[in-house]
Amino acid sequence: MSHNSIGRDKYDAIIIGGGHNGLVCANYLAKSGRSVLVLEANQQLGGMAITREFAPGFRASAAAHLLNQMPERLVAELDLERHGLRWAAEGLPTVALNGASPPLVLGRGENERTGIDHPGEAQAFAEFNRRMERFASVLNPLLTQTPPRLGTERWTDRLNLLKTGWRIRRLGRRDMRELLRIGGMNVYDLLNEYFQSPLLQGAIGLDAVLGTNLGPRSPGTVMTLLYRLATQFGTGLRGSALPMGGLGALTSSLGAAARHSGAKICTDATVTRVLVRADKACGVRLASGQEVAATTVISSADPKASFIALVGAEHLDAGFVRQVSHLRTQGSAAKLHLALSGLPAFTNLASTAHGSRLLICPSLDYLERAYNHSKYGEFSQAAALEITLPSVHDATLAPRGQHVLSAVVQYAPYRLAGGWASQRGQFIESLIDAIAQYAPAVRSMVLASELLTPEDIEREFRVTGGHWHHEDLALDQFYMVRPVPGAAQYSTPLPGFYLCGAGCHPGGGVMGLAGRNAARQVLSEAASP
Amino acid sequence: MVRGREIPDALIVGAGHNGLVAACYLARAGLRVQVLERNTYIGGAAVSRKLYENFTYSNCSYVCSLLRPEIMRELELPRFGLQIIPYDGGCTMMRDGGHLAVYDNHDAMRRELARHSKRDAEAYDRYTRDVIRQCKFIKPLLLREPPDPTSFKARDIQELLYLGKHFHRLGERRMYDTLRFWTMSAADFLDQYFESEIIKAHMAGSSIIGTALGPRSAGTAYVLLHHYMGDIDDTVGAWGFARGGMGAVTTALAQSLQASGGTIRTDASVEKILVRRGRGTGVVLAGGEEIYAKQILSNMDVRRTFLETIDSAELPPEFVRQVQNFKIRGSSGKLNIALGGLPEFPSIPAGAPCTRGDMHVTDTIEMMERAYDDWKDGVWSRAPYIDMLIPTQIDPTMAPDGKHYMSVFVQYCPYQLASGPWDAAKRKAFGDTVIDTIARHSPNFKQLILHAEVRTPLDIENEVGLTEGNIFQGELTLDQLLFNRPIPGYAQYRTPVRGLYLCGSSTHPGGGVMGAPGANAARALLRDLQAGGGA
Repeated sequence: MSHNSIGRDKYDAIIIGGGHNGLVCANYLAKSGRSVLVLEANQQLGGMAITREFAPGFRASAAAHLLNQMPERLVAELDLERHGLRWAAEGLPTVALNGASPPLVLGRGENERTGIDHPGEAQAFAEFNRRMERFASVLNPLLTQTPPRLGTERWTDRLNLLKTGWRIRRLGRRDMRELLRIGGMNVYDLLNEYFQSPLLQGAIGLDAVLGTNLGPRSPGTVMTLLYRLATQFGTGLRGSALPMGGLGALTSSLGAAARHSGAKICTDATVTRVLVRADKACGVRLASGQEVAATTVISSADPKASFIALVGAEHLDAGFVRQVSHLRTQGSAAKLHLALSGLPAFTNLASTAHGSRLLICPSLDYLERAYNHSKYGEFSQAAALEITLPSVHDATLAPRGQHVLSAVVQYAPYRLAGGWASQRGQFIESLIDAIAQYAPAVRSMVLASELLTPEDIEREFRVTGGHWHHEDLALDQFYMVRPVPGAAQYSTPLPGFYLCGAGCHPGGGVMGLAGRNAARQVLSEAASP
Repeated sequence: MVRGREIPDALIVGAGHNGLVAACYLARAGLRVQVLERNTYIGGAAVSRKLYENFTYSNCSYVCSLLRPEIMRELELPRFGLQIIPYDGGCTMMRDGGHLAVYDNHDAMRRELARHSKRDAEAYDRYTRDVIRQCKFIKPLLLREPPDPTSFKARDIQELLYLGKHFHRLGERRMYDTLRFWTMSAADFLDQYFESEIIKAHMAGSSIIGTALGPRSAGTAYVLLHHYMGDIDDTVGAWGFARGGMGAVTTALAQSLQASGGTIRTDASVEKILVRRGRGTGVVLAGGEEIYAKQILSNMDVRRTFLETIDSAELPPEFVRQVQNFKIRGSSGKLNIALGGLPEFPSIPAGAPCTRGDMHVTDTIEMMERAYDDWKDGVWSRAPYIDMLIPTQIDPTMAPDGKHYMSVFVQYCPYQLASGPWDAAKRKAFGDTVIDTIARHSPNFKQLILHAEVRTPLDIENEVGLTEGNIFQGELTLDQLLFNRPIPGYAQYRTPVRGLYLCGSSTHPGGGVMGAPGANAARALLRDLQAGGGA
């Protein structure tokens, strides 16, 4: 589809970027009766949440490969299942591979857990989980909220802060003290307080750092763990799920739902500029030169691209531009896809468990050492991996009898010393070696491979720095300072211009809440004079 | 005066600077005070010791900047002999033979920065403005008791409101700046201002001193500030030497204490704190002597106090577990070196005043972070970060004529080595690593060495009594600051044992030769006595 089919000259809202957040935002605006135009630069709709062929007959989700953060409420509100979303698998358990010993299986229920070998540890883990769940339930409502501003006279801001304070207080004194203590801690220390088993520690620790530029010893990683738990709290019984057809099927259904509500979606339509007139955003210019007017322009692109490339520093305050340009946007996660001639056996893993979320992260020290490399522009010599074999559940992804292995790789720096071009093959080999340690047969089964480094993600999906979350999830880039003060409420210093992407609260992961919150903010600001 | 069988009103365990500050305040309030010190000399980690001929070593802590001016004034320390001599500047020597000098004079500093980056020289104004702003925000909090956010007591709510108002006064923009500042890493913080590696490396130094964190660890921006809180002549970040070494601080405190009637007993090692029916009643010394008192203040760190000196049966099990989890990590070593003359540093222009301040050789953040990575692996940094000073250039009392004393603080050095326990050979190898590091920048350094005392974290623990040799009596991380320090619910100097208070750096606002924990603890005790709660 080309931008010749844009239709009208003026829309109520133009959304830059057809990723899941842009589409979620489009859905809510269109449902409330706005005229909405979504402009996606790539041929395929979906941003980073797409499924694509990486070898003849083999397809994989390009970035995230599991849906474990999107609230079931959002799926229901947008009626996505009516618009084509099907589930290949739900409630996937997590399995921490253990080589020669039986793996650690962590299902959602207490009786679905095996392999916790230290005495008393199963009970400690159950207690830990219950406590973390209580914290997650307190933090979860923050995700669907526009972050309050500090120091304003507005009663809604004050009320929001008070409500949060009250919820924390209602935890009771013991839990409240614990939450205030661990909130700024590192996950390494926390897990050492609770557990002795390196494998269990590693499995939980990996959750805390997945997709971040942090190691388990980095302060703030308890917060990223709590954040992840808070997002998962909203997924209800579905837990970790695989959409039939990969993550691309999710964005397809979001697209179908948006069109159904009247939104216009154009792919292959690159926005090069946000048009500003009289200090107000009034439309966009496309690569073709065509201009489209809009009352509101909403960008799901990352904040650096949004403010510096699309709006332009000349329309913004110098201090604001400085803060935007100092956002930490360099990604550190890579994605590995292997086309396999068969289903590899994993040592000590029951064949029925192949469809689980498989982790290679034997200990926190292993993870920290993997992180060390990324600090100096090196890839991890022994990387930590989150592996799925989606074709076990979904026959549409690989030829019959053959399989796709999809792995999130922690860590791969955005800028590799010496450059990615010459070392890509070497890194892929080392990753296959790491997997082969647990599944020796894998090496002889590899038909084709694909590695997406942060640099590739930047180029292919136009995300500055190739960061899955657009910018680091860290305490100084969270909540009311995400992405930067002055733009943390989805509105920005430029009237008529909004953000709705992963760079805003509550951040990335295929969650969709940034898009949902932004839509609500746009609607509420339009309603008030 | 404590005489005969008269029971002291307050017994202070440990004659470190905080113990002495607390003792002084209590004595001035009219209490009979006795301080017990394990060593044969007072001072804890703020001591001047003669370990080699006529040299005086500032054996542990080595510079003075954090000592609260209110305390100096109120306890009349200058009258009792304390002289702080400000020193100007410092430098970092680079591996390529260049250097960055640092001056207190803002314009001189800007000219020097411009030599490395014109843009950074411009940014320096913004940097100092922002750092001073954060210091000013935190300063009034140092001498206050942190509120318990879970409590509904009037005083806690009042203090929380004060905190809220104090924060609110910053205005919206600065509130966000402050939130971010508290949670940022020093490296990220400096990246917002500077582009030159050498400038960032020099500035980042103070963010890692004494902590088991690297410059990229979130929360180190705050530690940077902790070292910027210097108050000499109201220049933020200014440092000074105590004339005669750091022992001069504790000597002056001791004299101030004695002038108000308090007594100090050295060579009196407290083995046990006696608790009866939940109340601290006294102590048992090595040798079995028992001393009873109405109130007890422990200047020891929280782990030593509760895990080694009190019967755990007297404490709530949950509390004991929390104390075990309190993080006190040995990460620093120290060399005290007697030199036959002033070493040459070819990368510094002859006569430049910057060698009179703190000298460093770590010229990139990466080098500093790698030094930290070594520590995580249980080995001392192969290329350590060092903070090196030659105070005898300014204070001639510490060494014979023409000779010099050099203090070298070393980051990082683990308390427990991956290769097994510390021994003499390993200590020597550690010392050699440091000496070689310095010698790389000073060709005649090794020939000048007359005597070198090498101190590992284990040595510091054994001598001073600081757990793991941690200079702050506990990591300065967010989970151990303010109302979390040392234990949530016990951040107000009081403990589960009635009549037992903590007054060391394990409590708010933490370490450095600041004296604030001692002053705050004394105030808490006096308030309890007034309320009749101490009985």
